[in-house]
Amino acid sequence: MIPTAFEYFRPTNLSEALALLEQYKDEAKLLAGGHSLIPMMKLRLAQPQYLIDLGGVKELSYIRESGDHLLIGAMTRHVDVETSEVLRQRCPLLTETARRIGDAQVRNMGTIGGSLAHADPAADYPAAILALGAELRAVSIQGERWIRAEDFFVDMLTTALAPEEILVEVKVPALGPRTGTAYVKVAQKASGFALCGVAVVLTVDPNGVCQDVAVGVTGVASKAYRARAVEDALRGRALDASAIADASAKAAEGVDPLEDLHASAEYRAHLARVWSRRAIEQARASI
Amino acid sequence: MGRTIEVTINGTRYRHEVEPRLLLVHYLRDVVGLTGTHIGCETSLCGACTVLLNGAAVKSCTLFAVQADGAEIMTIEGLAEDGQLHPIQEGFWQKHGLQCGYCTPGMILAAYQLLSRSPDPSEEEIRRGIEGNLCRCTGYQHIVEAIRYAAEKQRVARGARSE
Repeated sequence: MIPTAFEYFRPTNLSEALALLEQYKDEAKLLAGGHSLIPMMKLRLAQPQYLIDLGGVKELSYIRESGDHLLIGAMTRHVDVETSEVLRQRCPLLTETARRIGDAQVRNMGTIGGSLAHADPAADYPAAILALGAELRAVSIQGERWIRAEDFFVDMLTTALAPEEILVEVKVPALGPRTGTAYVKVAQKASGFALCGVAVVLTVDPNGVCQDVAVGVTGVASKAYRARAVEDALRGRALDASAIADASAKAAEGVDPLEDLHASAEYRAHLARVWSRRAIEQARASI
Repeated sequence: MGRTIEVTINGTRYRHEVEPRLLLVHYLRDVVGLTGTHIGCETSLCGACTVLLNGAAVKSCTLFAVQADGAEIMTIEGLAEDGQLHPIQEGFWQKHGLQCGYCTPGMILAAYQLLSRSPDPSEEEIRRGIEGNLCRCTGYQHIVEAIRYAAEKQRVARGARSE
């Protein structure tokens, strides 16, 4: 389990990292927390010639309030999201999601930016990022751009990032009034990865009718997705048990579920339906 | 193509030239000679290779030694002081927290982090705190009791100091 040899760089600021990436493009890999990349390198599924370690780029590790949004630096570790008081109060979906990632050791190393840029179809953050309608800031030598969460995940392990771009920041809205959130998952026992993870952001009007809802599902398909059919079925409806059950039944509509030795496609679709219902119920209870 | 790193391990400073692809666990065992840190699954699941990096528990099989440049590392060898077992080690001894012992160094360091973050953990917190460590002997019940023992012993020691 020894990776192939590579040349190692440890830039201490973003511009240095961008210059290296511009030079080596897809012959280089960015190392964040390493908990997806290093296992892949050990299996030689990834064999970068150049490894650019962002561990020394301290400017990418922060959680900041910015009006009615929160900004999270890409190198912010899961443990710092999990224990952030400002996020717990203003975006509890993220603390709840971070809490469910891997285990304590993994959360000490793994980063939000690394997880998103790796785009593992069973990672936890993508569900929350989709449900929150987050925006992701990508920077290259040429400049920067914002990518909507929904445009970010392209396919399994594939994102909208260009080879010379670095994901530097995640922007999420603060929790609005009469809004509840939840992240629930069924984990594969050994790895902790999601067989199915569902994140919900739910807003009700003063009469308890669903005003808006966003449902992000991970682990089920080759990339995390928004369960639009569930959302459309619920919007404008009173949130009684049957409305939630009817809507949740659509959680795998139009989706081609993954199949592996841990779960059949049929089972994953079933999990998506059951756990969407539970996530919506939990989000409603949290309002 | 070597790279020079400087690390402090259990209070001692080391300086070595290492290949960038050398994993931290291999550095600790093969270069520094501290074989108390075990290699288990090599896929960051089992936790046998857990060490403390700047106070945080990490799986040293999923870290390159070059990433630890400048860091303070604690391994199982750094826990006992002056021949006196650390309360967690004592707890594992008293409460039979090990059978084969393979997972023990990692388990103890995960417990060390848990108790530093949460000095009086509930059983649920203990079980969550050692979620990243597998015991193939399935001796979890005694491991939980060992950590409770250590928490209690440290609580009494703190009380004695503050008197």
